[in-house]
This record gives sequence, structure tokens and C-alpha cells, in this order.
Amino acid sequence: MRLPCSCCGPRDSGEFVYRGDATLRRPPPDAPETHWADYVYLRDNPAGPHRELWYHQPCRSWLVITRDTRSHAILAAEAAEAVARAVQAGPEAR
Amino acid sequence: MNRHSASDRSPRAASGRKLSGRLPSGGLIDRGRPLQFRFDGQVGTAFPGDTLASALLANGIRLVGRSFKYHRPRGILTAGSEEPNALVELREGARREPNTRATIVEMFDGLVARSQNRFPSLAFDLMAASALAAPLLSAGFYYKTFMFPVAFWEKLYEPLIRRAAGLGRAAADADPDRYDKVSLFCDILVVGAGPAGLAAALTAARSGARVILCDEDFRPGGRLLSDRVELDDHPAMTWVDQALREFESCDKATLLLRTCVNSAYDGGVYAALQRVADHLPVPGTNQPRQRLVRITATCCVLASGAVERPVILEGNDRPGVMLAGAVRSYLNRFAVAPGREAVVFGNTDSALATADDLARAGIRVHAIIDSRHEESLQIRALGERLGIPYSAGARVTRTHGTTSLTGVTIADRAGETRRIRCDLLALSGGWSPALGLATHQNGRPVWDETLCAFIPGDLPPGMFVAGSVTGLSGTGAALASGHAVGAAAVATCGLTPATLDMPVTQDLPDRPGALWHTLEDLEAPSGAAFVDFQNDVMAKDIRGATREGYVSVEHLKRYTTLGMATDQGKTSNVNGLALLAAMTGRSIAETGTTTTRPPVQPIAIGALAGPHRGRHFRPERLTPTHDWARAHGAHFTTAGLWMRAQWFARPSDPTWQETVNREVMTVRRAVGFCDVTTLGKIDIQGPDATRFLERIYCNNFARLAVGRVRYGLMLREDGFAFDDGTTARLGETHYLMTTTTANAAKIMEHLEYCRQWLFPEDDVQMISVTDEWAQIALAGPKSREVLAAIVDPGFDVGNAALPFMATVETTVCGSIPARLFRISFSGELAYEIAVPARHGAVLADALMRAGAPFSIAPYGTEALGVLRIEKGHPAGSELNGQTTAHDLGFGKLLSRKKDYIGARMAQRPALTDPGRQTLVGLMPLAPDAVLGAGAHLLPDHAAATAANDQGWVSSSAWSPTCGSWIGLGFLADGAHRHREIVAVHDPVRGNIVRARVCPPVFVDPDGGRLHA
Repeated sequence: MRLPCSCCGPRDSGEFVYRGDATLRRPPPDAPETHWADYVYLRDNPAGPHRELWYHQPCRSWLVITRDTRSHAILAAEAAEAVARAVQAGPEAR
Repeated sequence: MNRHSASDRSPRAASGRKLSGRLPSGGLIDRGRPLQFRFDGQVGTAFPGDTLASALLANGIRLVGRSFKYHRPRGILTAGSEEPNALVELREGARREPNTRATIVEMFDGLVARSQNRFPSLAFDLMAASALAAPLLSAGFYYKTFMFPVAFWEKLYEPLIRRAAGLGRAAADADPDRYDKVSLFCDILVVGAGPAGLAAALTAARSGARVILCDEDFRPGGRLLSDRVELDDHPAMTWVDQALREFESCDKATLLLRTCVNSAYDGGVYAALQRVADHLPVPGTNQPRQRLVRITATCCVLASGAVERPVILEGNDRPGVMLAGAVRSYLNRFAVAPGREAVVFGNTDSALATADDLARAGIRVHAIIDSRHEESLQIRALGERLGIPYSAGARVTRTHGTTSLTGVTIADRAGETRRIRCDLLALSGGWSPALGLATHQNGRPVWDETLCAFIPGDLPPGMFVAGSVTGLSGTGAALASGHAVGAAAVATCGLTPATLDMPVTQDLPDRPGALWHTLEDLEAPSGAAFVDFQNDVMAKDIRGATREGYVSVEHLKRYTTLGMATDQGKTSNVNGLALLAAMTGRSIAETGTTTTRPPVQPIAIGALAGPHRGRHFRPERLTPTHDWARAHGAHFTTAGLWMRAQWFARPSDPTWQETVNREVMTVRRAVGFCDVTTLGKIDIQGPDATRFLERIYCNNFARLAVGRVRYGLMLREDGFAFDDGTTARLGETHYLMTTTTANAAKIMEHLEYCRQWLFPEDDVQMISVTDEWAQIALAGPKSREVLAAIVDPGFDVGNAALPFMATVETTVCGSIPARLFRISFSGELAYEIAVPARHGAVLADALMRAGAPFSIAPYGTEALGVLRIEKGHPAGSELNGQTTAHDLGFGKLLSRKKDYIGARMAQRPALTDPGRQTLVGLMPLAPDAVLGAGAHLLPDHAAATAANDQGWVSSSAWSPTCGSWIGLGFLADGAHRHREIVAVHDPVRGNIVRARVCPPVFVDPDGGRLHA
């Protein structure tokens, strides 16, 4: 399997570390404990396109990769930092 | 001697007399260079271009092995990698390789092979008597027989079965050969160098694409090597050689022979095994035996061909029964006669035309038996021309003979049977596309009723199929398909496809008729009619499985073992499915097929390991003082990838324990030093660096002054302790963080995660400087005096200028830039000195000289561990991912004034419950009683049961300072149980030690020495 790094181009999956769901948002410190428990422990397991965080070890970039979990087709790859900034700037900004 | 005297009554004739099977002319062999080989001690002659199988046949050897379960005599069925029978032990000693298919072993001078699974000899096998007990070994016997009495299984039944069943013996010695791994990239990977693959590869190469063409054979050509085909009125090999010459002249084209593409992974990644030196007696100097090739390709043209099927009939496993295509291979490619009197039985014109090849080689063909009811005009004409009786609508129902074929029984259209004498049955049930690679990503094969074959269905992205793997037959069709598919692949890669002049062929239309078995009664199939030759699965086993309800293909496979073992059922799977379908009254399409998984062909574990063996299993990181340490008697240990000095033995030390005691006491009484470069060092800079650290660490960093160092504890977001270390503030916006050795890379990943994903608003950057700085801990009451002697004049290292937890930049040893940190892991007055990595050894030498008046000594990780346990500092055993700040006694560090990673979840009541197991010290009542790390803590005199388990020992050591064994551990409500006696129960070492609970600091609890 190969993954596109936004810094280095397509690279072998062995260079990457998988983190998980990129749609989770860290709750504010005063959020109810149930929100925190969901954030820390609960994960969806979708069959289909999934936005997920991958770390490219050689260049230390965190990426948001959209992967179809049924076919491993890579649908999109974005720098995580850009995604995070856009989320902060967007309507859901904390 | 009369060549045709082999009679029905002398079954040993063929195997016993060792008649030469080599034809006087022809074949793709080099007759000018005879080679010698040995099989079961007998010497034989062969030529370059032979396989072991063709050489055995050329030397009149037809019985080559005994079967897996029933020890039935077996010969050579195929001429390719799908061979189920002819498995041998190849080579001797450490290079002995069991279960090697004789059909793909390329001949070399001095080759030694041995037959398998026979006792005492191949021709006379006592275990064959177990054929009498065969009913006990039928499918599913594990679940039904040998059940009682229970104790007999392990002692009697299992050893007996293991003795009787099985394949070859693995070598007992370590593999002496080298294996390599390599990565290749291309536009188009072509799998198979038969007519379709060659046409595709040549089209792609001409178009300017980067092409890799792989074939598992040592000679390209596929079926063109074996079938008498003319292209443009010349032998097909003329076209093959021409095509290859042109292909290899293209500078972006690569031909890999002896290379089987074994697996297709996501994203156009393929794994292939290149047998680099298997055709040599031993690999050349610096030559790997095999190479695992990882190929990344935009497109793949799968032209892997097809595998011929045998027919299920009684005695179809007897030596002398051979697939028709294999018969043509031995005749035409290897110039070997696989028999002297033949019968041909099949369901296609191309298979039946094998009679022509046999007749040309001077072999008498007694009958051409066509299972199709409609007579073939072409074969009728052939029979008339050659004077061979041709029967359509007929079938071979059984074979005769013992260790070799002596005849077959034929049933004609009307059901009349007769027996024909022969020592070779050229058999064909049709061809199964070799579509394994097309299914590795869940693609399901599709049944084609017309072709009587499973053909590739949904293909993985980027894969194309060409030639007989699609169910096509005929050379012309294969060439045309290869060219068209090659052109499509070229276009997919964004190039313009080149044209190819198609050679003229004389293909005739050929239509198979379904032919799976010739059994009379499917309800109760009798006799030894084999479906899976390698696993000894018979038709009656399939019947037994269906009768017991195993009617799904996947269940059938598990119950009968059909299609398992080294050949993965390449010749048997489709026959088994067809039989299952017939027995359950379903169509083959309804029955479906099992999933194939990588690898297509067996791979030696050594090839998967590649060069990553022994010391090369993973990279080794050396500290800047490695050579210096070795020169000073260091004994090394591994810490992650690092090699660290474990201790520095002196001739006067009787044991390593005395060495460690000496090193510890040197630090406690005078001064010692230790390379601590391996701790992770992360340089953090930026206007928001302070805010960032506040979010990373659970304790306060906002008020850390420039020039000061602070201990920091990181939590995971779930509130458990993650890692610890010291962080120095080098400037207003500049910090240097240290991590534990084990977690250095993980913390870097964590910091980047926090910076890029969680807190992108923080303007901060970080980089690992672990390898840039050599760092040495200098510890002991005399350490300041030693330090003063190495810093350059003008720098003050006094207590006022450099107090505890302070840092300064200086130069040492004559203008080497250095950072000094007054921090202590040992509990003594101590410093860490960091210099650019290249000066590590210079610094060590300088410390030795400056410390000589105090008898300074270097110390290793063992003494480092004893010193930290004596001081009660947690390390990896304590920060094990299951402990909280509260457990470690760091509850007070948790800031209540800020948000940080883990802040919210660390407040959960369960994580601060006073009843949790918390860090304590332990001292045995008898000082020399060993406290074992991992031992359980129980109330004194309590029974050693799980219910009484109250904690465990995390670290322990002999403390020369205390004159006693000491330990750190976690004990329920430990902080309130100091002075209590507990039982330390070590079930692994089998002892119970009584120990007193104490605070987890054994040395200088007030910390006076740190500030001295």
C-alpha cells in the first residue's frame, strides 16, 4: 500500500504510523465527562470513506487521509495542520 | 530387447529397468555439456536446460515419492510449479530444502536430491501398509477416530500419525545463504513471458514505458517452449527469441527470469521472489540465494497462463499418469519420453493432439479417448493418419499397476469396457486460468460455462489480464490479447501505444467439453480416485463431507484439507468444486470457489526475512563514546536500537555483580560518569514555546526561569502517565526537552501531533537533537571538582553560579562548546555535560584525567539502574502505561490551573482512588533475600491466591549502599503502609520473601546531597 504525503509525494505505507479518526475534536476542558470519554475511547468503524490521521515518520508530517476502508482506495490527502487551522477558522471554531 | 515388451503382468518394468528416456534429438537442452546428479544415491545424467523432473524421466526414474497420508507411489504429474506429487528434498546438510518441486528445479552439475516420506525405501514402503488402515484416515478423521482413551492421543496416536503422514525434513542447521530485498518501480509490470505476456511487454517497451517482465521459469516462452507451434511458418521459439532481443534492447525494459510474482497488494504494489542462485550448486561470493522484489507499478498485465487439470478416476495418481500438456513439455522442450506405450484421454482437440507429439517421438499410442460425445473431425483425421484408434464419447475409468502404470480400462460410448496396455496415460480435463493474483484484493472469480473455467472477475485497480488466464485458448488469440491489453496499459500510463506486427498462426477452433470425473456412482465413489494428490483427498472424501453437511466450499476445504499444502490445490481445486457441485445437485457457479491468498508459490522464510537476521535484524545505534567504552572494557547491552555500556569490567572484579557494586560505590563515595546520550533530546523554539509546553506537561512550566531546568511529567489524553524527563529553558523562547530513551521517537510524534493537529495556533517548532549532542552524566560528591578541572578558565561552576536544577553554556577542554545541566538521576551532586557528538570521546578522556585524583570510574546502565532505584526515581518499569501520576507519588504535580494533555481524564475518581496500588520501597527482612522483579505482593502469611494479590515488584537490585536487596513496587494504599511487612511471592522463581514496606527513597531522602 502506498500513501500520498503532502510533503514527500507517494510513499510506502511502512513509513507511516496510523492514528485513527480525523473527525474527532478535542473537547474543551470543561466539557462533560461523557464527551471526554467519547473522545478518548469511542471509535466508529465505518465501511466506506473514512477520514483518518496518519503520521509520515521521515518528514514528521501529520496527514488527514481519506481512505475507503472497503477497498483501501485513497481518495484524498491533506496536511493535518491545514485542516486543523481551517476547522479553527470555520464556524465550529472554539 | 523388445521395446514394446512391457506387459500387463510385469508392473515393475518401467521403474525397474531404468531404460533411458532421452530422445535422440530435439529439445531446448545443451547436449554438449552433460551434467551428473544423484537421486536417492543413484547417479544420473542430465543436460543444461533440464529440470530435475525431466532428468529423472530421462534416466528412466518414474517413481519419485510417496504420498502424504497413504504412502501411495507417486510419479511426475506436471511440468511446472503446480506439481503436487514430485516433491523432493533438494541438496544436503544445512542447504537441504524439503518439499521442493522436481518440476521447477533447474539442473546443475552435482545436484543431490532425495525422495520423501518413504520408509525404508521408495520402492518398498512399509507405511504403504497403512493403506489397509486407510478408512481410519479418511477426511475428518481427526474428529472421529483415535478419540479414546483420551490419554492415548498424545502418547500413541499422534506420534504414529506424525510418523506416517508428512512431507520432507527441514535442515537442522542454520541457513548458510544470504537473502536480499529490493524495491523496483515501473509503469507496467507484466506477469508471465508466454505469448500474451511477451506481446504485452514488447508493445509496452516499444511505447517507451518502463516495463518489468517477470517469469517464474528460467526460460521465457511459456507454452511456446513446449507446444509445437509455428509463427510466420517458423518454430515459435524463433519469434520468442526475436521478441526478447528487441525487448531487452529497450533501455527502460527489465526482464526478470526465475521470478514468480507472488502477491498483489493495495496501490499497485507487488511482491515477487527472484530465485537468483537456486540453479547453482552454491551461490557465488556475495550473491544472495533469493531476492524478494517489491515492485510498485502503475499497471500490471497479468498473463500468468493456465494450469491443466487431471480427471478424477480410479488410480489417477499412479506413476505414469501425466497431464497431456506436461507430456508435450517433456517431449518437445526436454526431449524426454515419459513412457513407451501411451493412451491419450482428454476433452479438447489440443490435448488429444498430444498423440501426434508422442508418435513423432516414436512412442506407440494405443488409443485416443475423447470424452466429448461429438466426434472431432480434426482428431479423427489425426488418428487415421497415425493409425491410432480414436473413440469419442468414451472415457478412461481406471488405471492398473502398482508402483507404475501398466494399463487402463476404457469404457466406450455404449459402456462396454476393455483394458489397454500402456505405461503412460496423457490426461487432460481442461485448463484452469492461473488467476491467483487477480483475487488477492477480494476479486471473486466468475464461472464461465462455455469455457468450463473460472475466469477473473473484478480486477484490482491498474490490473489487466491477457492470454489464457482469461480463458482464451490458442497462440494467435494469446498474442492478440497480449498486444491489445499491453496497448491499453500503455494508454493508462499516459503514453501512446506502439503497434506490433502480429505473426501468422494456424490456430484451429477448440471447444472443451466438461470433464471432471469418470466415476460410475457419485453416491458411493469407490476406489482410490484422487481429487487432491498432495493431500490424498479422494472422491469418497468429498462424498463423506457432503453427507455430513459440509456443502459450502469453505467448509469442504477445512473438513477434507482439499486445496491446502504447498501446491494450494492448483491442479485440484476446480475438480473438487465440480465434484461437490455434482454431489449436491448445484451448478459450479452456485457452488462458488474458495479465496486464494498470497503467496502464489511457497516462499522460504529466509527470503521474507531478507538481510534482517541476527545482528542485522534491526539497525544498531552507537553512542558517541562507544569505541571509547569498548577500549575501557565495557560490556554492552541493547536499549531499544542503542548499544549501551552495561558495565566496565576490570580484571580485579571477580563477577559482574562486583563490577556494578564498585561502580555504584565509586559514585556514592567519589565520582563516576556515564554516557546518557541515548535520552531523547528535543530542541523546542518559538514565541509560543512556553504555552505549548504548558499543554504538554501536567506540571507548571510557565514560571520556569531562563537558565533553569525542571522535571516534567507528560500524561496521555486518557490521564495515565506517558513519559518523563527534564526540560531546560535555554532562552526566553528556547527550551531543550529530554525524554526517556525508549520513548524518544514516540514523544517526537506526540509533540508533532499536538503542534500540527491539536494546537496549530501555537507558533512553535521542534527538532530532535539526540544525535547532535554527546551527553555525559558526572555524578558523585567529587563531581564539582572534576567539572571545574575541565571547564575552560573563566567559567564558575560553584554552587552559587550553578545551583541545583540550573543550566549554563560554557566551553570545556579548550574551547569545545558545552551545555552544563546540574541535574541528578543518582541522587548525588551531579551534572550532565553536553558537547557536540564528535567530541564525546574527548570529553570522556578529559573526565578520566581530571578525575584520576579521586579514582574516577565510568559506569554502565546496570549501576545507573541501581543508583536510580536507591534514589526511588521511576523508570520504564514504573512508567508502564498503567500507572497514574498519583500512583507514582506525583499527584501534587498535576496542575489545577491549566488545560494540558490528560488533564480532564486524570481527574476521574478511579485514577486518584487512594486504594490504588502506589509506589513504595521494599526491603527484605533478610538482606540477601532476592526480590524478584515481577513478584506479587501479598499480606504477610496470606495464601498465594489472586484474591490476596495487592501489588507487584517493578524494579529490584542489590544495593551496595544499603547492604541489602531493595525494590520498588506498587502496593494497594501503599503510602499508608510504610513499615508493614508483606510477603513477596515470586511464582516464577518459586519463592516467598518477607519484606518491609518503606518510602521509595533509600538514599538521602532529604535531598541534601543534591544541593551540596
